[in-house]
Amino acid sequence: MKNPLDSILGTIISGLVLTLVLYVFLKNFVLAGV
Amino acid sequence: MDFVPGIARWIHFLAGITWIGLLYYFNFVQVPALKAAAADGSAGGITKHVAPRALLWFRWAAVVTWLAGAALLGSAFVPAFTLQPAYAGIGIGAWLGTIMLFNVWVLIWPNQKKILGIVTASDEEKNKARRVAFLASRTNTMLSIPMLFFMANGLTHKALIGL
Repeated sequence: MKNPLDSILGTIISGLVLTLVLYVFLKNFVLAGV
Repeated sequence: MDFVPGIARWIHFLAGITWIGLLYYFNFVQVPALKAAAADGSAGGITKHVAPRALLWFRWAAVVTWLAGAALLGSAFVPAFTLQPAYAGIGIGAWLGTIMLFNVWVLIWPNQKKILGIVTASDEEKNKARRVAFLASRTNTMLSIPMLFFMANGLTHKALIGL
């Protein structure tokens, strides 16, 4: 499989996906019950 | 001492724009330009005159950004890095920025020194250094996207994260 970081578009999409993953982590794990 | 957060935030922005601006310059402009320049043998000007200057501002702007960010957090530094609920948003941003600073000084700069001939390296070592520096730089570009999201939404504008 090609490394997404080898292309600029792949890098940007990876960054957007990571943003979503970290947002879900924050809302559902760190801030759960707050 | 009420003026400290405002001054720290100002310096954090100035240095952060310099750092991330140069990061985007490397990834979106210089790397593709070097590829094209290598094809017609004109890469020397970039590697000799542009890259070392850009890297100087890049790596020291990274340090100033982190220090000003730490000053801006002040007493919230530990709660942010331990992801205490009220500071969890900015804490994620701070962790991402810290990982990026590590990448700059531990992966990008030592390998760029080999690539640019500032330290001696064999052709094989240079090729390996190119790949490591490239991937570390691309990783920082990727990390900058969530980092800026959590920096923008984590400390003073928390509506998006529900605080």
